[in-house]
Parts: sequence; structure tokens; C-alpha cells
Amino acid sequence: MSAPTQTAAASPLVTVAEEKVAAATQLQLTWWRFRKHRLAVASGILVILFYIGAIFADFLAVTEPHATEAARSYIPPQAIHFFDEDGSFKPHVYALKGRRDMRTFKLIYAPDPADKRYLRLFADGYSYNLLGIFETNRHLIGLDRGKAEDALFLLGTDQLGRDVWSRLMLATRTSLFIGLIGVGLSLFLGVLLGGISGLYGGVVDTVIQRVIEILRSIPTIPLWMGLAAALPNTWSVTQVYIAITVIISLIGWTELARVVRGRFLALREEDFITAAELAGASRLRIIFRHMVPSFLSHIIAAVSLALPAMIISETTLSFLGLGLRPPAISWGVLLQDAQNIQALGIAPWLLVVAVPVIIVILAFNFLGDGLRDAADPYG
Amino acid sequence: MTTEQIVLSVEGLKKYFPIRRGLLRRVVGNVKAVDDVSFKIARGETLSLVGESGCGKTTTSRCILRAIRPTAGAIQFRTDESRNVNVADMTRTELRPLRRQMQMIFQDPYSSLNPRMTIADIIGEPLLVNGMGDLTARRLRVAELLDVVQLPLAYMNRFPHAFSGGQRQRIGIARALALNPALIVADEPVSALDVSVQAQIINLMLDLQDRLGLSYLFVAHDLSVVKHVSHRVAVMYVGRIVEVAPTAALFRSPKHPYTEALLSAVPVPDPRQRARRIVLEGEVADPARPPPGCAFHPRCRYAIERCRVEAPPLVESEDGRAVACHRAEELDLSGVVG
Amino acid sequence: MGEPILSVRDLETFFRPDEGIVRAVDGASFDLYPGRTLGIVGESGCGKSVTARSILRIVDHPGKVERGEALLRRGDGRIVDLVAIDAKSAEMRDIRGGEIGYVFQEPMSSLSSFHTIGNQVVEAIRLHRAVSAKEARDRAIELLQLVGIPRPEQRVDSYSFELSGGLRQRVMIALALAAEPRILIADEPTTALDVTTQAQILELIRKIQADRNLAVILITHDMGVIAEMADSVSVMYLGKVVESGPVDTIFHAPRHPYTQALLRSIPSVLAEPRSRLTTIAGSIPHPYARPPGCPFHPRCQNFMPGTCDRSAPPVTRLDPEHEVRCFLYEAPAEAVA
Repeated sequence: MSAPTQTAAASPLVTVAEEKVAAATQLQLTWWRFRKHRLAVASGILVILFYIGAIFADFLAVTEPHATEAARSYIPPQAIHFFDEDGSFKPHVYALKGRRDMRTFKLIYAPDPADKRYLRLFADGYSYNLLGIFETNRHLIGLDRGKAEDALFLLGTDQLGRDVWSRLMLATRTSLFIGLIGVGLSLFLGVLLGGISGLYGGVVDTVIQRVIEILRSIPTIPLWMGLAAALPNTWSVTQVYIAITVIISLIGWTELARVVRGRFLALREEDFITAAELAGASRLRIIFRHMVPSFLSHIIAAVSLALPAMIISETTLSFLGLGLRPPAISWGVLLQDAQNIQALGIAPWLLVVAVPVIIVILAFNFLGDGLRDAADPYG
Repeated sequence: MTTEQIVLSVEGLKKYFPIRRGLLRRVVGNVKAVDDVSFKIARGETLSLVGESGCGKTTTSRCILRAIRPTAGAIQFRTDESRNVNVADMTRTELRPLRRQMQMIFQDPYSSLNPRMTIADIIGEPLLVNGMGDLTARRLRVAELLDVVQLPLAYMNRFPHAFSGGQRQRIGIARALALNPALIVADEPVSALDVSVQAQIINLMLDLQDRLGLSYLFVAHDLSVVKHVSHRVAVMYVGRIVEVAPTAALFRSPKHPYTEALLSAVPVPDPRQRARRIVLEGEVADPARPPPGCAFHPRCRYAIERCRVEAPPLVESEDGRAVACHRAEELDLSGVVG
Repeated sequence: MGEPILSVRDLETFFRPDEGIVRAVDGASFDLYPGRTLGIVGESGCGKSVTARSILRIVDHPGKVERGEALLRRGDGRIVDLVAIDAKSAEMRDIRGGEIGYVFQEPMSSLSSFHTIGNQVVEAIRLHRAVSAKEARDRAIELLQLVGIPRPEQRVDSYSFELSGGLRQRVMIALALAAEPRILIADEPTTALDVTTQAQILELIRKIQADRNLAVILITHDMGVIAEMADSVSVMYLGKVVESGPVDTIFHAPRHPYTQALLRSIPSVLAEPRSRLTTIAGSIPHPYARPPGCPFHPRCQNFMPGTCDRSAPPVTRLDPEHEVRCFLYEAPAEAVA
């Protein structure tokens, strides 16, 4: 070759750091960008903690969440005393002694300082199935003596005397997983139909797009109401649970389908796709080697933003009494207890359910934002 | 040019894009992006297609590579087994084995490389999808190609984001060369690059042509670049070729008034040559509604009545030139003198 | 030539993103005279656009004009330093458009799609001149006529997306001229246009300049456009003005190795067909990784180890109008000192 070979090869000293960036994969670049987004990282950790909590809901619960005791209704949250009189660290609660108020004839529970119950880690309690695999009766916390059902009410009790803390743990599990399953279903439908729409175009695309528009133009709450009302009363809790998930994802997939279609359309115009086509690459290879990796990150971000929407949908439905119904426990079901202003007046702690709802939804949104920003390190 | 030497022969190529209106998307007209274009490219030759935006030069090149399907016309390609095949109406499957003999260099060095693949994967992809060699053989070939485009081998495992525009364009060239093509279509390969880098890429393309006997279809709007790379130049205006000529002849003595105006409009990098420009009036005609007769007549200062009604055909002359102008014989147009 | 209308000295504009510091403009100096055109030429990342934006004080975050002065002789004879006054002040707003009109590369993104072009011109006029709406509209039509828009009485009510690229750039020029500025800054005004349209726009700028005795700063990467239009030229490379002088000197007696190499490497319609070009080795460094000393030294043919990579060369005045920033021309006595 006549041209001096040093032309482009004249590379100045490359530092180790530069080499690291130069050979960084898409995943690494995304991670580096995501890491800079502190709020998103914190939210991500929080979301993970919530899901771990949800998996071990029974372990975190202290009492059998369905155990009712009419006499113990509306007990306020208990105070935990961390130190004994002698100053040593011995967390304990006072046992509750019921006493009849002679004027109102209401049973009033009051802590009895004489009867101390010490908290124990990994204590025995009601038995449950851990991860659906083995039976155990270990719980994170319990009491040294007596049944937890009689004495430990960290967040008080509801009208039927059920422990709010324990119910909250199980509700978190239901609500978080209904979101996950719903998104999974939406994702499947969205990627499939969006992909077909974006890849083939023409009549298929028009039909799918019109269906999406029609679905999205139906007001969601009446639609859910209608569908939920159509569920037979005789269905079991599990059946209702699955049905509700399906109903929610019926709307959820449309958004994802649009994202996928949009990416496919945009990518079809990219020169590197044309280049692959001109090189003789098969259609499958173009889709899976070039197109899908280019929008995978967008999908992940879209999913993390779709999850909270799913969770809110379930909560809304159940709150309105259209979704899960007792004896199922979910955030919506628990919030339904707090629907009544009178109940709230007597037992304001029932509203505590709103706290994890808000935290989880916010965390998901921050996480989704962070992921979306980091998703396209070349953009 | 003898038949054996001709790599590509385009005859009567047309590409119309339908204009659809209304709810039923009825076709109400056509944008005649390419309207009856014919030319030939010989082995080892560079033919440049020049013209302003919307003249159809890019559409022509995409039709030849069959990135889009032409409306009409024949695209005769001479394969390496010396068969002549018409690419114009082949199916996807029929095209695949031919792909390796025609490759493309893109304008935008940023969007033409998949940011999620390493350089080795990008350059090696044409080899992989055509089932050429095993992993080691492909690696060796990639190394060889990097050497050809003068990039260090150490860059093999890097991703495109680590490279400058000029380096990316070299990678794009290496990919195009991977399958030893006979014809390379280069769509504005240097227009997105800095001046000092443009020269490197132009030289590289000239060297590769000499060394590998490549034919180029060079699509460009920059006449200065065109002068440095072409053996022959075809000038397009509103979907048609108005003039074809050997490079030196076209620049020295254009035969079509549009070529003359185009040459005159190019700023010359010499303040002592601030010539009087022919400043064309008005705008390029709309290819959806081209004017009757010669499409250039509303802007042509030599237009006569005949130009308004009758479209001039592209007439070939003895000296390898062809021009589509009624007054080609009588006009004495000025070119650039260097 | 008289007094300069704008005199820029040692202008420095740095960008400080999280990743480091970019010396986008690193000591630019030049003078601009009424009726003359100053060409600023350079490749990507050389800081030519940021120079213009610094003068107008519209540098995007995280950029900041750090040092230097830009003395503007205003219409009333006062001299103001554009670097010293507040970028958001009423005076700066008055200068932008009022004293200095500007045209950018992308006519599509510089024009609003929500207002008719007439209304945008009218707004620009009334921002700087106290005239009635009717008068402003008449002025707007006049301006559109001046910049060569056919049927201006009708076009005044059209929207920018209804116009071709060339017409949009004409509207941009009309906007820039609305308040009768005495300086026009044109940043790559023809880069997005076809060559015949470019010729029209350059012709228009030349005509308006002659009519109004405008001082023009023309920023471009195209040496051809510079040769065509400029009276004097500043060549920039990675934030530094490496050479400046009259256009004929720059093209026919360039001194800086970069200018020389750049001129040799540009393709020309005057060249022999299929002739090889002389190349500049390597590529423009990333702005974060600017070489120490003279920023051009890794690509320079006249690189002197131990000198060029140690310290930045000072400006050497070769004759009253020709300055170069290169150790090759430094007086020997100074080199020792």
C-alpha cells in the first residue's frame, strides 16, 4: 500500500482506563451510567428488599394472619421496650390485659407492666410452608412465652382482632407478585404483538394498532368492574387471583407493545441493520442478534415502569371491592378495611398499609427512570 | 467497454413511491424518485452519481443493492462465475448468494456500526452469515482486513463507541471488503467526516481499488470529492441522469446547463479565483410534480420553447459521453479550469 | 479600515462536565471591521461555534466564559465588554439581535413551527424597535423581499415547515437582520444546504453586507466558502487560533503547519482526476484528551520533540496582519528566554 501505514494507526498512548471503556460491553456501560444515579440505586436496593421480604412473608409475620378474636378488635400498636429496668438490652413488650370499661361496656386492652414478655429471634410460632417446600414454625421474632397471637401486636389489630403487621407481610407478597405476574403476561403479549406489528407492518400493523387504540380508549375502571363482576362467586381465592392478573394485564400489554413496535420501526431504518441485511444475514439473525439487544434495555426500563402501574391497579380494584376479596390478603384488601371513616377514627393505624404502597411505587418509578436513562449509553 | 469488463449494467431503472391519501390510503400520485436511469460500470472503475438532495441518487444506489425493490427496469450484474443475472426482480433467497459480491459503505459512520458488537464481530459478520471458515479462520481474516484499512489489531475487541468518525469509516470499509466483493456502493462515504480525515478515506478507497480491482458506485453531492475518486461521473436531476462523461471532460467542458451551474456553484479554495458564479434561480423541482418537458427548464438560462414541452432523451456520443439536453450541440458551456 | 467594531482578546470558554474539563475556546483574539468578513475556519471540536456563542453569551451549560474580553463599539459610540456584562441583562438582550444578528446551521430547529414566519420577524423587529404592529408587518414583508423570498406578501403568513431548506435559511437571515444589527454572525449557514442553494445564500449575504456595511463573522469548516467570502481568516484547532491573517496570505502563504496541511488535504474541483490527497496523520483528539503543549503536535510534520510537547507556543506576529501560533516562527532570542 502506497499510503503511509501509520496514518490511522498513529494511536497515542492508550491509558488503562481508556482501554477499559473501549472494550466495555453494553451491560457495563449501562451499569456505569446507572450507578451514577444515586436515587435509582437506592430505589433498586429497596425494591429488592421488598421482594425478599415478600418471599419470606410468613417468616416475617408473627401471628397467623387469618386468626380472628373478636374480643381483641382495634388494639393500638404496641410499644416495644428495648431496655430492662437494670439497663440491659432486653427488648420486651407488656402483655395486654383486657378490662371492661364500666361506662361504655367496651373491652379496653391496656399494657400490664407487671407482665413482661421478652422478644426472641427465630422463635416458634404458627406453622407454615416456607417457599412452598418445607413446613416450619420458625419466625423472625416471637415471644419467650405464651402465644404471639395473644400478646404481640406491633401495628395493632383490625376489627376482627387480626394482627395488622402479619397481615401486611402477607399482603405485600400478594400485591408484589400479582404485579410481577401481570407484567410477565403483558410483556409476553406486548413483545409478541408489538414485534409482529413493527416487523411486518402493513395490514397486520394497522389491525394491531387499532385494537390497541380501542383497548386504551375504554375507561379502565368500568372495564375492570365489568370483568371483575363477571367472575363467578364460586371461584376460589387462587382462581380469582389469576383472573385478576389476566384482567389487569389486558390493558398493560398495550403500552409495551407500542414501545416494542416503535423500537422495531426505528431500528429498521438504522444503517447497521441494512448492513447486516446486505451482508446476507437471515431475518432471524437480524432480529435476535441486532434488533433485540438494541432494545432489551428499553424493555427492562418499560417493565420497571409498568410494574407499579400493575400494583396500583390491583390495589385500586381490591380497594373498590372488585379485585381480591377476603379471605385473600392484599394491600387493596387491607386498605378496604380503612375505607370506613368511623373505623379510621377508632383505629388510625389501619392506614399504615398506605406506607409500603407509596414507598414501593415511588421506588419503582425512580428505578425505572434511572434504568431508562442508563439504558441507552450511546444516546 | 467489452461485455466481460462490465460488472453492472442498469437499464431503465425506475422507482416510484406512491403518494397515498385519505382513510382508504388510495394512491393519488407517484413520487418519481428514479425515473428511467441507465448506466454501466466496468471492472475496476468508479462511476460517481452526483446531484443535489432529492435527485434520486441514493434511491438508485439502494435499488441496485436491492435494499429496496425497483418499480421497473433491469439491473444486470456479472457474477464472479461470469454469469449475468438480473438483480432487479430476484427474491430474498435468490439474492443471498449474490450479496457477498456487492457491498456497501454507508454515509453515517455512527449509525452504520452496531454499538453492541465488537469490531471483530462487526467485520466478521459477513463471513459468519455466509458460513465462511471457522472461528479461527474468521479471526485471521478480520485481522487481515484491519491491516488493509490500517487499523491496529489491538482494536479488535473494542466497541464502536471508542472510535472516531474516520476510524469507524475504516471499520465500515473493512466490513464491506470482508467477502471480496466485485462492486462496492459507497453512499456519501466521506461527507460526515472532518476535512483532514476525508483525505485519508479517499486515499484509502483509491488504494483499495488499485489493489483489489474493485468497482465503485460512488454516490456524492460534493463535486470536489467526486473529482478525486471517479473515472466517470453521472449527474442526476429530479430522478433522471442529465449527463454522463469521463471525469476530466465533465469538469472541463460540461454539456448540460445543470452540470455547468453545479460546477460553477462549488466554492473553490482559492481567494484569487472568486469567479462570477451562475446563481440558479428558484428551487429544485418537486419529484411528485416535475415540470413538463425538461425538468430543469424553469431554472435553465438557455431554455427554449422546446424544453418546456419535450423531455430530452439521454443521447450518447462517440467520446463516451451522454447528455440529455436539446441544445447540447449548440451550447458552449464553461467548466472549471485547474 | 478604521476602528474595529468588535475586538476580541484572549477569549477563554471552558466546559466543566463531570468527566473533566474541555477548553473549548482557549485564547481566541481577533478584530472585526465594518463592511468586512472575518472567516473562522476549523474542523469539529475546534471551538469555532463556541467562540460565536461566547460573544453572544449563549454558551450552553456546563460551559462558561472564563476570561478575556470582547469589546463591542455600540451604535452610540460606547464601548462595552460583552464578557463582563451579565448574560441575562437587558443590555445583553438588546445587543443580541439589536447589535449582533446571528444565523445558525439548522434553520429548522432555529425557527418555531407554531408561529408564522411573519410573526417571528415582526417579534424580532418589535423587540428592538418601537414600531406599531402594522409598520412592523410592512417591515417584515420588506425584509423577506430583501432576502429573496418570492411573493413575500403571501409567504409572510406561512409556517417554517412549509418552506424548503434554502428558503428557511433566508428567513433566518431576515430574522437576524430584523433589528438592523451592525454585525452578523453566521455559524455554518450553508452546511445543511445543497451546493446551488449554498451559492444563493452566500450571494445574498454578500449583497446585504455591501448594502448595509455589515461586519460579518462567517464560521465554517469549508475552506472553499472561506476563500469565497472572507477578507481575513482565523484558523482554529482544538480551541486555539493557530493562525490568522488576510485571506490571500492564509491561502497562498500559510505558515502554521496545520493550515498548510489542511489546505493540502482538501479535495478540490481544480485537482487532477483521481489524484491522491496529502493527508494529515491521525485524527482530531477527543476534547478530554487534549495533547499537552501545542495541541497539534502529535499530527504535525514539523514536530520538535522537547519543545512542542512541553509548552504552548506563543503568538508570533509575522507582519501587522499575520499572526501564527507556532514555535517554528518564534524569534530565537525569545526561545532562549
